[in-house]
Amino acid sequence: MIEIVGGVATSHVPSIGAAIDHGKTGEAYWEPLFRGYERARQWMAEAKPDVVLIVYNDHACAFSIDLVPTFLLGVADQFQPADEGYGARQVPVVPGHPELAWHLYESLVLDEFDMTLCHSMTVDHGLTVPLSIMCGEPDAWPCKVIPLCVNVIQYPPPTGLRCYELGKAIRRALESYDSNLRVAIFGTGGMSHQLQGERAGLINKEFDKAFLDKMSADPQSLTAISHHDYILQAGSEGIELVMWLIMRGALDAEVKEIYRHYHVPASNTAAGLIILEND
Amino acid sequence: MPTRGNVEVARGEEKCADTPAIVIKASERSAVNKQPKFDDVPGTYVFTKEYARKGYHLNMFCMSFNVEANRDEFRSDEAAYLRKYPMTDEQRQAVLDRNWLEMLRLGGNIYYTFKIVMHDRRSMQYVGAAMSGVTEDAFKQIMLTGGKDQEGNPRRGPNVLGSRDD
Repeated sequence: MIEIVGGVATSHVPSIGAAIDHGKTGEAYWEPLFRGYERARQWMAEAKPDVVLIVYNDHACAFSIDLVPTFLLGVADQFQPADEGYGARQVPVVPGHPELAWHLYESLVLDEFDMTLCHSMTVDHGLTVPLSIMCGEPDAWPCKVIPLCVNVIQYPPPTGLRCYELGKAIRRALESYDSNLRVAIFGTGGMSHQLQGERAGLINKEFDKAFLDKMSADPQSLTAISHHDYILQAGSEGIELVMWLIMRGALDAEVKEIYRHYHVPASNTAAGLIILEND
Repeated sequence: MPTRGNVEVARGEEKCADTPAIVIKASERSAVNKQPKFDDVPGTYVFTKEYARKGYHLNMFCMSFNVEANRDEFRSDEAAYLRKYPMTDEQRQAVLDRNWLEMLRLGGNIYYTFKIVMHDRRSMQYVGAAMSGVTEDAFKQIMLTGGKDQEGNPRRGPNVLGSRDD
């Protein structure tokens, strides 16, 4: 049976990727953030997942307003980093795991989660920045990746409860797959931030701290947070936090918190990271 | 207390269990098909269907920046390139003026309009400052001292950071 080695939730701020790509991680502005990532990379190197399911959102790269899938699985052999409007990140091509991705697709649809299927798509910073945060700058990514893309741009995104329940269905699907693969799940985006409007620059560290605490100890309570609550308290883009709940739903109700890191600011965002394992 | 699934639904305004830092208001789910209202969220343009419909061509114009040849064409003659998209004159003018708030009002979404920001070799902090009506340096300072609060006012706290190994 598949072993779920753990779940990671992390922000996916593009400027974190740019700091890595342009050799700025030692600069005074970035050093405290990246110092906090060292322990996470150590966990990743020791956990050695064969496959990582990365829950993220596309930012007008692979998909536009022309097609807005609420939940989408990428089943390709590989995924090229996207040109997001300023050239593609110079990071390795992301290898897929079509066999497990197809299994997830079939299982989830039959389990009442109507996923969109995608054979050909690029991946943007939402997916590659978490890989960089967890793996550094390898010549090739050390794991296969299954992209699970979530709409969080067009109102309304899926509810937190729906995301949490999807995570549970992912868990059931993984457990029905006949293999010894080691699988990790990343939930990405957040934490509190607002990129747009006169209120751009919102940060709510009290909200974020409580969210991290609940991710660890009482995730069910987080499923009651409405879109309105997220937008008002965690910012218009803080609503990305619903994606963390997909990862959390795939883990046991009670988990062991391995590590957390929180830093403000990473550009206009509160950067949070938490690593959880089933007990 | 009513439930949805196995989750208790808060009525009125309640605190999130024992966590006062997250305030949970009445469920949105009970308000399905009602117009979402974000009137109490200041300085924020939630990308609802009204904005999506109004801003479709503006956003698709921005989307075209994912192709380098299109960026080059825009650079060589902005007004001519803008005429290729069936946008309103107001939307075209907002792009030419780099009026970031006006682009949002006219249906632009920040992830789309940000492609223009990057085309101009500016940053998210630059455009955050522009939308806030402060200088980029002032905006960076606001972020270094904990960002803005729920009302949109700069916090004056210390920089917040920390790691924890359990």
